[in-house]
Amino acid sequence: MTAAQHTDATSGETRARPSFYWRYLVEPYLYLSPALVLIGAVMLFPLIIGISYSFQSIALLKPFDTGWVGFDNYVALWSDKKFWIALENTFWWTVGSLSLQFFFGLGLALLLNTSFYGKRLFQALVFLPWAVPTFLSALTWAWLFNPVIGPLPHWLYDLGLLSEPYNILGDPELAIWGPITANVWFGVPFFAITLLAALQSIPGELYEAAEIDGATAWQSFTKITLPFLAPMIAITVMLRTIWIANFADMIYVMTGGGPANSTQILSSYVFTTAFRKLDFGYASAIAVALLGILLIYAVILLFVRQKFVRT
Amino acid sequence: MSITAPRTPVLMIGKYVAISFYLIFALFPLYWLLKIALTPDQLIFTEGTNLVPSQMTFANFTSVLFKTDFLAYFGNSLVVSLGTAAITTMVAAGAGYAFSRFHFGGKKIIIAVMLITQMFPLLMIIAPIYKIIASLGLLNSLTSLIIVYTAFNIPFATFLMQSFFDGIPKDLEEAAMMDGCTRFQALRKVIFPLTLPGLGATLGFVFTAAWSELLFALMLISKNDTMTFPVGLLTFVSKFSVDWGQMMAAGVLALIPSCLFFIFIQRYLVQGLTSGAVKG
Repeated sequence: MTAAQHTDATSGETRARPSFYWRYLVEPYLYLSPALVLIGAVMLFPLIIGISYSFQSIALLKPFDTGWVGFDNYVALWSDKKFWIALENTFWWTVGSLSLQFFFGLGLALLLNTSFYGKRLFQALVFLPWAVPTFLSALTWAWLFNPVIGPLPHWLYDLGLLSEPYNILGDPELAIWGPITANVWFGVPFFAITLLAALQSIPGELYEAAEIDGATAWQSFTKITLPFLAPMIAITVMLRTIWIANFADMIYVMTGGGPANSTQILSSYVFTTAFRKLDFGYASAIAVALLGILLIYAVILLFVRQKFVRT
Repeated sequence: MSITAPRTPVLMIGKYVAISFYLIFALFPLYWLLKIALTPDQLIFTEGTNLVPSQMTFANFTSVLFKTDFLAYFGNSLVVSLGTAAITTMVAAGAGYAFSRFHFGGKKIIIAVMLITQMFPLLMIIAPIYKIIASLGLLNSLTSLIIVYTAFNIPFATFLMQSFFDGIPKDLEEAAMMDGCTRFQALRKVIFPLTLPGLGATLGFVFTAAWSELLFALMLISKNDTMTFPVGLLTFVSKFSVDWGQMMAAGVLALIPSCLFFIFIQRYLVQGLTSGAVKG
């Protein structure tokens, strides 16, 4: 209402220079409000409810046993062996996926920053895994690891890495490598794109000057490329760490957290607790714990960055 | 700009080895999916792990399309993804425009909140959302999925749209406004046609994201006739876990829409992301 009245008031000669009030407080929010309402209603409000759930007993299978329970869920979490296993798995899953994605992504970005015949087609093809729906990447890799229809167990056996061609997704020692491989396949294009963008912003004259001064390719890489990429790498790695730690689809589809919880990470544990056991209180407590761990990680990273990166 | 060509033959060979490695790594799983989907049922167990099938058939595709519910799942997913993409793009275009053109009270806070929504574990809200949707009586409806996916995708889509608006000079709509257009008219007549590539990229991105979403769909949909493709495929996999040919044929079908969109938007998306990234 106020907005409409205001339009009437400012129509005429003042339209080209609307009032401060209109420009600063009303007009931008006309464009923003649908987004704000949706984010508020579907993300922020449930987020607060979710945190409150972690202090309640809400299990749909036990409808008469609901109510506030204080820190009971967290106490149970502390003595839950599965939680600590999942925490450790989250660490290895994140570190493994991230470092492999990073190195392959960096390699691809460096490759795409040179010129060669058929580069545009190459770029479209190697970025294709990114377009593959995550559940489908997970299924495809689960099938590739299946000795009946997939070649991977037989190849690993031929290379002497496996004693016989069996499915590594069923082996508690090796199972985590299945989802990690799928995640690397899926995530390399993202790293390649962001790093390529940073590479293209490095002025070409620097390389020319280095070449004139007789620098080797390795020297220009370590003395020019890496320092220029460093800020981008830091940000991408931080964002990606959080994203990967939260990413449960791959694991849920490929192994369901098994065998014997050997691939269960915190986010997939949240999902299985909420979806299979319908225990919303406990699932929310695990989720809050995950959020807390990620926050601590982000704070430490920002602190380290402030200490070591002087700009 | 591009680095000059490698100086020694060794580097040259290394480069082509790397190129072929990346190509094989990226394409082999997809090739395998297609291969098993085309292999006749009776040959899967005898030559399942051969690189090339000795016979090919489209039988798996026809039985997936006409003897299972996948056509219905496909339709549901299409409705959800197109609906989500259309609404998200409209809403995000508005928000992105506001971020690009206005300085206003609370802007920093809103941007921070939007960034935070990209950080926290989304699974944290899966239980509350289930409860809310259930109390609204919207479980097992495609509407609930569209609403939820739209909200999830708005923050990223907004930043993407903002980077496209940032690339369009402010003078254009200011000139139109000097000539007597309202800002909204200027937006519609002058700016909108220029952002078509950006809108296309955002549409494609959100479509792909909605098409792929699995976990919230699993939670919110349990009835067969409103299942989206991922939920349907996963249910199929756990029920008929030996129908390899059909499962993979269904997988290939799931791949088609997102790949089409990807090929279409690939250039714009890389452009949009890189131009935004260079500034940041």
